[in-house]
Amino acid sequence: MSLLEREQPGVAMTPDNIRTRKLPLIVNLGVAVAAIVVSAALVLGTSIGNWVLVVVLAGALYLVGLFVAATRVEGRRAARNRIWQAMIYSACVLAILPLASVVWTLVSKGASRLDADFFNASMNNIGPRDADGGAYHAIIGTLEQVGIATLFAVPLGVLGAIYLVEYGRGKFAFAIRFFVDVMTGIPSIVAGLFILAFWVLIVSPWFNNGTPRFSGFAASLALTVLMLPTIVRSTEEMLRLVPGPLREGAYALGVPQWKTILRIVLPTALPGIVTGVMLAIARAAGETAPVLLVAGGAAAINFDPFNGNQSSLALFVYSQASDSSRYAPARAWTAALTLVALVLILTIAAKLLARRNRLS
Amino acid sequence: MGDYPSRSANSNAGGPAVTARHSRVAGGGVSPIPPDDQPLGGGGALPKKSRFSMETGFRALSTSAGAMVLVIIVAIAIFLISKAVPALRANTENFLTYQAWFPNDDQPRFGIAALAFGTLLSSIIALIVAVPVALGIALFLSHYAPRRLATPLGFAIDLLAAVPSVVFGLWGRDVFLVPVQDFSVWLNHYFSWIPLFGGNGPFGRSILLGSLVLAIMVLPIVTSLSREVFQQTPAMNEEAALALGATKWEMIRTAVLPYGKPGVIAAVMLGLGRALGETIALALTLGTVFNISFNIIQNGGNSIAANIANTFGEANDTGRGALIASGLVLFTITLIVNMAARAIIYRRREFRDSAA
Repeated sequence: MSLLEREQPGVAMTPDNIRTRKLPLIVNLGVAVAAIVVSAALVLGTSIGNWVLVVVLAGALYLVGLFVAATRVEGRRAARNRIWQAMIYSACVLAILPLASVVWTLVSKGASRLDADFFNASMNNIGPRDADGGAYHAIIGTLEQVGIATLFAVPLGVLGAIYLVEYGRGKFAFAIRFFVDVMTGIPSIVAGLFILAFWVLIVSPWFNNGTPRFSGFAASLALTVLMLPTIVRSTEEMLRLVPGPLREGAYALGVPQWKTILRIVLPTALPGIVTGVMLAIARAAGETAPVLLVAGGAAAINFDPFNGNQSSLALFVYSQASDSSRYAPARAWTAALTLVALVLILTIAAKLLARRNRLS
Repeated sequence: MGDYPSRSANSNAGGPAVTARHSRVAGGGVSPIPPDDQPLGGGGALPKKSRFSMETGFRALSTSAGAMVLVIIVAIAIFLISKAVPALRANTENFLTYQAWFPNDDQPRFGIAALAFGTLLSSIIALIVAVPVALGIALFLSHYAPRRLATPLGFAIDLLAAVPSVVFGLWGRDVFLVPVQDFSVWLNHYFSWIPLFGGNGPFGRSILLGSLVLAIMVLPIVTSLSREVFQQTPAMNEEAALALGATKWEMIRTAVLPYGKPGVIAAVMLGLGRALGETIALALTLGTVFNISFNIIQNGGNSIAANIANTFGEANDTGRGALIASGLVLFTITLIVNMAARAIIYRRREFRDSAA
């Protein structure tokens, strides 16, 4: 009692003022309206900017006004709390804007060429004045490259994760785990350059009478390098979630460890592993740079991933974006829409699968 | 999340001890089990296998699959160096300080200075823009939003991370260019006395556009990682702060942020690694000029990765070597950044699993 009186002389401890006073909502709204009016008058009156500046300035004025008002009613600490809350909320709105813009542009611009011709034709013999042409060759390329890369990366990644969880001990296992994490951050262009130096320039001349050759297979090798760490990480986490008693039960029955892993541990963790693999595939399907460097890109349909240039959907988007034809942007946006649809379907399916997973 | 119930006990209890004997019978010089690892039980009555043991084979297979990661990292360094060295020998200028890129001439002249500068500048601006927003969203998702809103919003952020970079590049060039151009003209009109916003135009395809697109791409990574860290703040700490009368923001400042600091630093560095290596989005949005300039709104800017994508098509042998040499520099920078980030994460072992 005496403490309180010393802080706020003249305040009696009645039930009315023992609670902290709240800033009424009407004052809050009033500050907002005043901020908008003042900033609009200021900006448009002096004509130093357009409505964007009005909004930004109004936001800043609102924060200041709110701080002053809340300090008078609620005290400085509560006012600071309000300011930070407002800033955190506005950060969220700020991040939703570009996402909404990307989605809107994709749908509105991508729909113009979303016809059967786009999915049934290649860019072979399509000149700058031709409005048609499609991404059939690119879709073939994406499917083949990502498929081959999955064939390499999944067994390697799952086995590597099995090593880390079931066998790995000591410094060697720690080093592998550390470098798997580091490898997730390797830029895709570096993976592309690695396969360019290793496969296209050094190994492929052996099969091709001494001249280096681009191929879809080289692209899938680069994608393997990019997918491998993602798959190892996600599989490792899933294997760790498999309950120990399951393994111990198998050992008690005399099952050797390798059989326990293959018959007990892997099937239990399978849904989670599939989720991780699908996310890795989604990431690989969207990679442009490695395909650009080692598959070369092509306008015609090429079903053979081991022989000759191939394109991919992401590379198709990039090449159409750099094309000067006035019909190219429409093709680029439709291909981008197709690519995003492919990636998002994979991602959403993976997340739904993860939700049904009993382990996590 | 932090402890592994399955890991410690099981695999040493049964499997390796029994099979160690088998592998020694099979003469497994390949077996990674030390010879002094004696069987725990009295396994004398178990049948001895004379043929090659599946256990040894499977163990060797999975060990070599794990070692593949180390092999790949070392191989990347070796092959990049082996292709870069001839081009660097042929270079007639200093690779580290020269500011132009003519590797296809008879007298190859190329240097990484302008490219490395552009890479760092665009990444740093992207982080300056993205990190506060990302931390705001992470705090919103972990502490402010009601659960019904936080789940779909977190899902949307994850989807943002899945969108391919070429789509962001296309969006930046076709859609985002116009507002950034207007903004640049406005900045130049009123703030041209600041060197960052000087110049006489043309504006638009600038470092600013590239950095903002990069910021949008880095945002989901930093957000999802910091959100996981913030969510792991012990409820005790938060409740203690609130019980002492702290407001919500004071609780976050005194309990959540200090606890999450190493995780946030690591998330920012992982975002930096992603920004440094980003290729296609920058190749589509930057203006491709080889100079070192702090002006961020004039057409210009370049980065190591974007330069590789832009000039690869017309590169000859030396040109390819030069691009590989620049890729080697990029690889080294990102490797250092990533290793530092991971080292920070590993020091706080609680975060190790959440760091995707």
